[in-house]
Amino acid sequence: MKWEDFKDNEYIDQLLAELNASGTNVVVGKFNQLLQWGHANSLWPFSFGTSCCAIEFMCLGAARYDMARFGAEVARNSPRQADYIMCMGTITYRMAPALVRLYEQMAEPKYVIACGACTVSGGPFTKSYCVVKGIDDIIPVDVYMPGCPPRPEAMFYGLMQLQRKIKISKWFGGDARKEKRAKFFEAKAQEEKDAALRAELMKAAQESKEPVLDL
Amino acid sequence: MADIQEKIAKLCPEAQFDTTGELLLVTVADEKWHDLAKALKEQLGFDYLNALVGVDWKDSLGVMYYLTNTETQDMIHVKVATTDRETPRLHTVSDLWAVANFQEREVYDFFGIEFINHPDMRRFFLRTDWVGYPLRKDYDMDEKLNPIRLNPEPNEDDTYSLVEDADGNLKRIDKKVFGPDEYVINIGPQHPSTHGVLRYRTSIEGELVKKVDVVSGYIHRGIEKLSEGLTYQSGLLYSERMDYMAAHMNRHCLCLCIEKALGIEVPHRAELIRMMMDELMRLSSHLLSYGCLTMDQGATTAFFYPFRERELVYDIFDKNCGARMSMSYDTIGGVTMDVQPDFVDDVRHACDVIEAHIPEYHKLFSKNVIALGRMKGTGVLTREQAINYAVGGPTGRASGFHCDVRKTHPYSLYNEVEFDEITYNNGDSYDRYMLRLKEMEESIKILRQCCDMMEKEEGHEFCAKVPKLIKLPKGHWYQQVEASRGPIGVYLESDGDPKPFQKPYRLHYQSPCFNLIGVVDLTCKDNLIADLITITASLDYVIPDIDR
Repeated sequence: MKWEDFKDNEYIDQLLAELNASGTNVVVGKFNQLLQWGHANSLWPFSFGTSCCAIEFMCLGAARYDMARFGAEVARNSPRQADYIMCMGTITYRMAPALVRLYEQMAEPKYVIACGACTVSGGPFTKSYCVVKGIDDIIPVDVYMPGCPPRPEAMFYGLMQLQRKIKISKWFGGDARKEKRAKFFEAKAQEEKDAALRAELMKAAQESKEPVLDL
Repeated sequence: MADIQEKIAKLCPEAQFDTTGELLLVTVADEKWHDLAKALKEQLGFDYLNALVGVDWKDSLGVMYYLTNTETQDMIHVKVATTDRETPRLHTVSDLWAVANFQEREVYDFFGIEFINHPDMRRFFLRTDWVGYPLRKDYDMDEKLNPIRLNPEPNEDDTYSLVEDADGNLKRIDKKVFGPDEYVINIGPQHPSTHGVLRYRTSIEGELVKKVDVVSGYIHRGIEKLSEGLTYQSGLLYSERMDYMAAHMNRHCLCLCIEKALGIEVPHRAELIRMMMDELMRLSSHLLSYGCLTMDQGATTAFFYPFRERELVYDIFDKNCGARMSMSYDTIGGVTMDVQPDFVDDVRHACDVIEAHIPEYHKLFSKNVIALGRMKGTGVLTREQAINYAVGGPTGRASGFHCDVRKTHPYSLYNEVEFDEITYNNGDSYDRYMLRLKEMEESIKILRQCCDMMEKEEGHEFCAKVPKLIKLPKGHWYQQVEASRGPIGVYLESDGDPKPFQKPYRLHYQSPCFNLIGVVDLTCKDNLIADLITITASLDYVIPDIDR
C-alpha cells in the first residue's frame, strides 16, 4: 500500500485540523505527544470474538502475521485491563446487553474496533429477526473493518488507523473521548425521541383522516 | 425396507407409510407416537436419533424424526403433526433418546410446540422475554415487538414441564433450574475458554461440578429463517458461517442435498476437488482444535506450532478459492472455478509438512504430566451414552462408536479411497485429543490418494450444467456429511412453488456441535470445575454452529 493511500483518511485529517486549531503549551504538548506515542504502540485488545473473525484474529497473534510488531499481542480477557474492544463477529439481541456492559466496564481511555461485516452493518444477517444492525447502534465505534472476515492485512490496516487516531488525540485538557461518548448517547436519545414524535404525529394524522400536508 | 415397514405395521396398525421418497416415511398420530417410538428403539434397534426437525406446514405444526439403526445403518423418518395452532402439543421422546432434550427445546423456541412430559420446557436460543415463535410462517417481524433490549433477562431460572397422568390429564408444574441451596457459578458468555459466546451456569459442591446448565443463543442469527427468504444459490452462503472450521463440508452437504433433489450428477473432477477441500479443512480444523486445547491448559507455546502449519492450508484456499475463510467454493453442480495448475503440488507439500510436524505436537504435549493428569480419565463418555446423545464425529469415535459417515453412508468419492476409521475405547478427554491427531494422519492419507487420482484425472469439467432458476419438486430430502466435529445433516423441504425464484420452504441444519453441548452436563458431572474447561475444549465445539 502506498503512503498516500494509507494516509487518505478524511476523518483523521479533520481531527488533526481541530487539534492544530486549538493550540497548546509547548511543554504540555510534547509530554502529550510522548504519552500518546507510548499508548498507541502498546494497545492491548480485549478479544471479544463471537464468530469467524476471531479465528483470523488468532492468526494475527500467531507467527506469520505476528501482532506483537504493533505492541498489540497482549490480548486480554478482562475488560479492565484492555485499551480497546476488538469486536469480532455478529452481535445478537441476546448478546447486546453483555457487550454494552463490558464496554462500560472498560477503563478510560477506551476505543472500539468493529471488525467484520456483521459488526459494521449486520452483514449477511441484516434481515434477521435478532441481529443488531451494526454495533454503532449500541456503542460508539472508532474504526470499522469491513470484510467477511477481513484478511489479516486489513486488520492491521484498521489497527494502524486506530494508532494514528490515538497519536493525534489529546491526553490532557479537553477529553475528547468522554465528550464524544456523551454526544453519542445524547444523539441516540434525541433520535428515539424524534422517532416517537414522528410516530405520534403520523398516528394523529391517520386518526383524523385529514389529508397530511407535505411540508 | 419392506421388512421394516411390515414390522412397524405390526407394532402400530394405525401408522401410514409412504415409500415414494428417498427414505421410508411413517406418519403416526401423536397419541400413538410415544409407544411406537419405544418399540422402534427397543425392538427394532433404532437407537440413534439423527435429527429432529420442526416444520410449520401452515395447516399443521409438526416434527420430523430421522432415526438410524446403528447396527444395520437403516434409516427411516417419522412424521408427527398436530393441527392445533393455538396450543400445539406433542409427546416428548427425550426419555428414549437423550439428544431430544435440547432439540425439543429448540423446536419449542422456534415453533411454540410444547412437549408433554419434557423435563425442562424453556426457550433455548432466544431471550426469555421474546415475543412470538420466529420460524412459524405467520411470525410477526415487527421491530417494536422485539426491540434490542439492554436489560438483563427476566426469570431465567424458571422452567416448567407439562406432566400427563394415567388418565391423560395435563398438569403444568412450575419449577426452578437450580434449588435454593445450590451454589451457582456463572461462566460466560464472554469467557476465553468457552471458545466463543456460550454460557454455563454451574452448580458446584466444593470443587466438584454437580450440574451444568447450558445457556445458548448468544450468537443465534436465525440462519434457518433467513434461508427461507433466499433462493437456493444465494442461501448457500449461510452454510459456511455456521461452523466456519468446517465451511467446505457444510457447504458440500447443502450442495449434495440440493443436487439430490434436482437429480444432477456432479462431474468426477468436481467431486474430487470437493473431497480434497473437505480433507484440507479437516486438517485445518483439527490443528486449531489442538492449539486451543493446549492453550486452555496453559501450554501457550504449543498454540503457535499448529498455526504455522495451518497457514499452508489457508494458502491453498487463498490461491484456489480466493479467500482464506468463508471460501464460497462449492456450488450446486460442482465448484465455482477450477483449481490452479499447481494445486496438487501444493497439497502434497502441505501434507508432507504437516505429517512431519505431528510427532512434534506429540512431543510438546502428549506426554506432558499436566496434560496426562488433567485429561486421562476425565469427562468419560461411554459408547451407549454417545449413541443416546447422538454424538458423532471425533467425540463419538473416541468412545468406540463407529459413526464416521464417510464409512457408514459413503458420499462423494469416499468409497474409492482407502482409510481407516480411528476409534478409541476410553472416551475420556485424552482419547478425544489423541484421536484428532491420529485422524489428521488419515486425512493426509486420503489427500495423497486424491492427489494421485487428480493427476490421472482426464475430465476438465468442474461444474455440471445447472438451470439458472432452480425449481425443486414438492418433497423433502435429508443429507449427511462428515464435518470436522461430527455429522452435519441438512433437511430441505420444498413446496414445489411454481414461481420463478423458488425458495426453500424449510431448511434445517442438524449441526454436530448442537449435540456436543448436550453431553457437557453428563461429562462434567463430578469432575473438578477446573477440568470443565479441559473437557469442553476436548469436545471441541464451535458456538456459531450450535446457535446457527
